[in-house]
Amino acid sequence: MLPFRIAMRFLASSKAQTALVVVGIAIGVSVQVFVGTLIDSLQESLIDRTVGGSPHVIVTSAEGDVIAEPGGVIAAVDGVKGVTATSVSADRPAFLLSGASTSSVLVRGWDIPQADLIYGMSESVYDGELPDGWELLVGRDLAEDVGITVGQGVEVSVTNGSRYSFTVSGLFDLKVSSVNLGWAVAPIGTVQSLFSLGSGVTSVEFQVDDVFAADAVDEEMSALLAGFPVQVDNWKEQNEQLLSGLQGQTASSLMIQVFVLAAVVIAIASVLAIKVVQKSRQIGILKAMGMTDRASSLVFLFEGLVLGAAGSVIGVSLGVGLLLSFVTFATNPDGSPLIDLYLDLRFVLGSGAVAVLAAALAAVIPARKSARLSPMEVIRNA
Amino acid sequence: MPEVVLLKGVNKVYENGPIRTQVLFDVDLAFEEGSFNSIIGASGSGKSTLLNIIGTLDRPTSGEVHVAGRRTDRMGKDELAALRNRTIGFIFQFHYLLPEFTARENVLMPHWIKGAARSGEAERKADELLDVVGLTKVKDNLSTRMSGGQQQRTAIARALMNDPKVVLADEPTGNLDSENTENLYRTFREVSDRYGTTFVIVTHDRRIAEKTDRIVGIRDGRIDMDVRV
Repeated sequence: MLPFRIAMRFLASSKAQTALVVVGIAIGVSVQVFVGTLIDSLQESLIDRTVGGSPHVIVTSAEGDVIAEPGGVIAAVDGVKGVTATSVSADRPAFLLSGASTSSVLVRGWDIPQADLIYGMSESVYDGELPDGWELLVGRDLAEDVGITVGQGVEVSVTNGSRYSFTVSGLFDLKVSSVNLGWAVAPIGTVQSLFSLGSGVTSVEFQVDDVFAADAVDEEMSALLAGFPVQVDNWKEQNEQLLSGLQGQTASSLMIQVFVLAAVVIAIASVLAIKVVQKSRQIGILKAMGMTDRASSLVFLFEGLVLGAAGSVIGVSLGVGLLLSFVTFATNPDGSPLIDLYLDLRFVLGSGAVAVLAAALAAVIPARKSARLSPMEVIRNA
Repeated sequence: MPEVVLLKGVNKVYENGPIRTQVLFDVDLAFEEGSFNSIIGASGSGKSTLLNIIGTLDRPTSGEVHVAGRRTDRMGKDELAALRNRTIGFIFQFHYLLPEFTARENVLMPHWIKGAARSGEAERKADELLDVVGLTKVKDNLSTRMSGGQQQRTAIARALMNDPKVVLADEPTGNLDSENTENLYRTFREVSDRYGTTFVIVTHDRRIAEKTDRIVGIRDGRIDMDVRV
């Protein structure tokens, strides 16, 4: 293809100029990749910390507070796409008596292995082990406040005044002080018999793979559960402030990226505009020899595309390199990276593709100028 | 001999705002196939404009232009481009080679513009033409690495690449010394005899014109002389 070959020769004939533009585009693309990924990663880790260890969608009873037949609910929503973990919970307020002190707690009865998928409890237990039978897990803050240790006996006082003896099997730290202070976790069977719930639960909890699709899952489940006396909620409804904060961040990130892109487009357009003037003699003579206006405009479109592609490839590599070194060198005192990197391949490659597209777009004006150039002008102004 | 170039009542007026300059007045002119012609005139006489109109780079304000039997003054731009590529070879005073390409690539350029695939035949043709103009040794040099005479001869080879019916040369020796000028005319003659190509050479130098078979004189936009030798 002749216009492409001519474009490559033109680019090769002014190496310094070509290199400068490519570097300019590369810097733009790398900033885009770096900033975009960093902000994405920050958001991901923020969301992960906020909702990663908690259910994203919760089904509770709409009448009273007990779902008598949780098995029916779970069966009804089986097959909803995106659900990664399902668990049931029987929750009841009670008093925890340890020595002379009495603390108000929420006794949470869990199907321990299932709930572990949602809460990551096995990783949060820093002393002792998960409970079994008449055993309890107690949070770090409560344990420290009251002085509870693993293996110690405690009593749980329920609302009718009856007291039951438990052994503390372990201590957990879920990094939220109200939870660490207020939750006491026991196996679901124990809690159900403690509060005479039969096989009833107070909530069915789900985690989904895409946390931002929790509302869609909510909607789908609501439809499937229309016949049940239950209601469905999701984390997004309960965390509107966090969400609007994240949206603000996304918008500012988008603004940065748009301006970077605009700078790239203007850089390419101006350089190519100069190139058309520089190469007008060549374009004129090519047209005199019979090159069509279209072919002569293609020369500059190809120049834009090649510049954009080269800049994108280098820019993406540079951006990913920057991110990797950021993760390697920007660390917490304990050596762990400051943020966990979420490299979204689609975003990274998309940034490159957008730059190529922008480069082609930036070449349109110079290309049209080239198409309009009359060979007479060149020959007359020799 | 049939006419390869035919001009009927050609006028050319340049308008620059309110200023109207007529450069050519009712020019009737024809060149026969295979003939070797020159157009002479002082600078500003309109001879280059005439050549550009024949070469379809410029359009007449009125009148008819026929090249190789086709009327060009009403053609669209793409049609003209194709006609120039296939039937007209240009040799300009300032050579106008593409500095980014080698001599050989410059010669092949009209073939590539034609959109033809790369072929051994075309490359052999280019080599043959470079041999005819005596550039075999420097054919792979970038055109910027050649002397003025070599560049001009490259431009001649290029003009002949697509077997044009007519070669239009505008002051082709303007930048050359007398020895190179002499060589150049010998080359033109050889090519004309060998390929039967029509030559129209614009010059202001009467001694050069006298080496051609027909001299057309232009003065103030009108033909005032037409001598066949």
